[in-house]
Amino acid sequence: MSVLATVGFYEEWWIQVLKAIIIFAVGLQLVPVVLLAERKLLGRFQARYGPNRVGPYGALQPLADILKLLTKEQFRPNTSAGMLFALAPLISIVTAVAAFAIIPFGNVQNIFGTPVGLYGIDVSIGPLYLFAFGAIAFYGIMLGGWSSGSKYSFLGAMRGAAQLISYEVSQGLALLGVIITAQTLSMTGIVEAQAGMWYIVPQLFGCLIFLTASFAETNRAPFDLTEADAELVGGYNTEYGGGRFASYYFAEYLNVLVVSGVVTTVFLGGWLMPFGIHPPGWVDPFIVLFKMSLITFLFIWVRATLPRLRYDQLMSFGWKVLLPLATLNALVTAVLVVATH
Amino acid sequence: MSAVPPEPPPSPAVTVTAWSPGEDVIEVMRTPAPSPARGTWRTFRETLRGLMTTFGRFVEKPVTVEYPEEKTAVYPRFRGRHKLHRFEDSGLEKCVGCSLCAAACPADCIRVVAAENTPENRVSAGERYASVYEINLSRCIFCGYCEVACPFDAITMGHDYELSDYDRTDLIFTKEMLLAEPLERTPLRNEGE
Repeated sequence: MSVLATVGFYEEWWIQVLKAIIIFAVGLQLVPVVLLAERKLLGRFQARYGPNRVGPYGALQPLADILKLLTKEQFRPNTSAGMLFALAPLISIVTAVAAFAIIPFGNVQNIFGTPVGLYGIDVSIGPLYLFAFGAIAFYGIMLGGWSSGSKYSFLGAMRGAAQLISYEVSQGLALLGVIITAQTLSMTGIVEAQAGMWYIVPQLFGCLIFLTASFAETNRAPFDLTEADAELVGGYNTEYGGGRFASYYFAEYLNVLVVSGVVTTVFLGGWLMPFGIHPPGWVDPFIVLFKMSLITFLFIWVRATLPRLRYDQLMSFGWKVLLPLATLNALVTAVLVVATH
Repeated sequence: MSAVPPEPPPSPAVTVTAWSPGEDVIEVMRTPAPSPARGTWRTFRETLRGLMTTFGRFVEKPVTVEYPEEKTAVYPRFRGRHKLHRFEDSGLEKCVGCSLCAAACPADCIRVVAAENTPENRVSAGERYASVYEINLSRCIFCGYCEVACPFDAITMGHDYELSDYDRTDLIFTKEMLLAEPLERTPLRNEGE
């Protein structure tokens, strides 16, 4: 038995390099769209317009934001720990992009006679890969907060650490139900197993638990205690400015996209269409993007609705409500799968 | 040798009465804590209710007034920047330079210098006219007392409220500026609006 994870489909090296570049580029293009969508939708949820001054309908607002950030001074506090301070945003961004690689945008397609899988990589340990990078992403926050040498950053980072650890457990357990049902860890395998019925129907509870835990994983409202602007000024990224802050910002929104992609893949049937419609292969990525945008919309909707939780509420919710529910879900699924087979 | 502490004297029988907070203190009634399942369900239900509330805002039109393009309409009696008036038929100024407005002004922002009308140079309808009439709008509190004090309705409060400037001296409005028709009119609210 090989030590390395088996890769579902082997491709030429140049295809893999090309795919890596394309995925990074697509991610890079999607983030400003999500950024703008968030600000516009938040506005509409609060009965106002949101940004509408820069470009038509405010479409160039993210460009203006990023330009502003990049032209700013790279400020570094005296108390910060040099190397790590510069490294931390990088860790955040790298892990976010790496996690983006396993989201399948379609099955293996023949492009000019070359079979190409429309995903970065289809590892046989899909969700584990995801959680591994989720765990590394936590270093981005933790090191960023600690190396800033500021008490607000440190408090934010500590909260982030506790939160990520607590909610990753529930997230994993919620995904376990799907893995048991699909009997595969490969992301494309999970999608193909949903050909009959999307897992949101039999795994509705798992989906809700996963979504809730994902809100915490991505540090978004109502679990955005890591940044908690009102009490921590900005949390782990208080001392960051300019390009480094932009990297954190980018990673945050890319994480939202990654989670949307995972929910799409795991619960919403990935590139599959309902009612047995089988469109041509080139439509698949658009189906995935459409489903991802729905989940992203939900993220923004929830952010516009729910107030931030108190820290003890967050912890007790994670451990006392979400974890037992996720365990129960996995248990019941396991029993049912065994009973019906 | 340690001294044995003396036995405390037997305390007289004290009847402890519950302290009454008085009539004006309201007791907060709390519902019994819900069971975990019920509490979880209630939280879930209320979350959904909240989501529906925000979605209701999402589908309706924003209430934003996009200010520089779109101005808030003012009420007819809104007290904005002052206006000086002329008689419509003869074109003579209504102001006779009596300085009553300056006397009424609590912020002391009006300066009037009167001069005699002559047959060759007839400016106002009365005996005298205001050769200098200045309002320092950076001091004005827009109370409208000048309007009330004026015996000839020569000065009234207009509807303009866009009065920012880069220099304080630019906010001293002279007679010519106050007599001129404002370039941009402020929208007026309709009856019953």
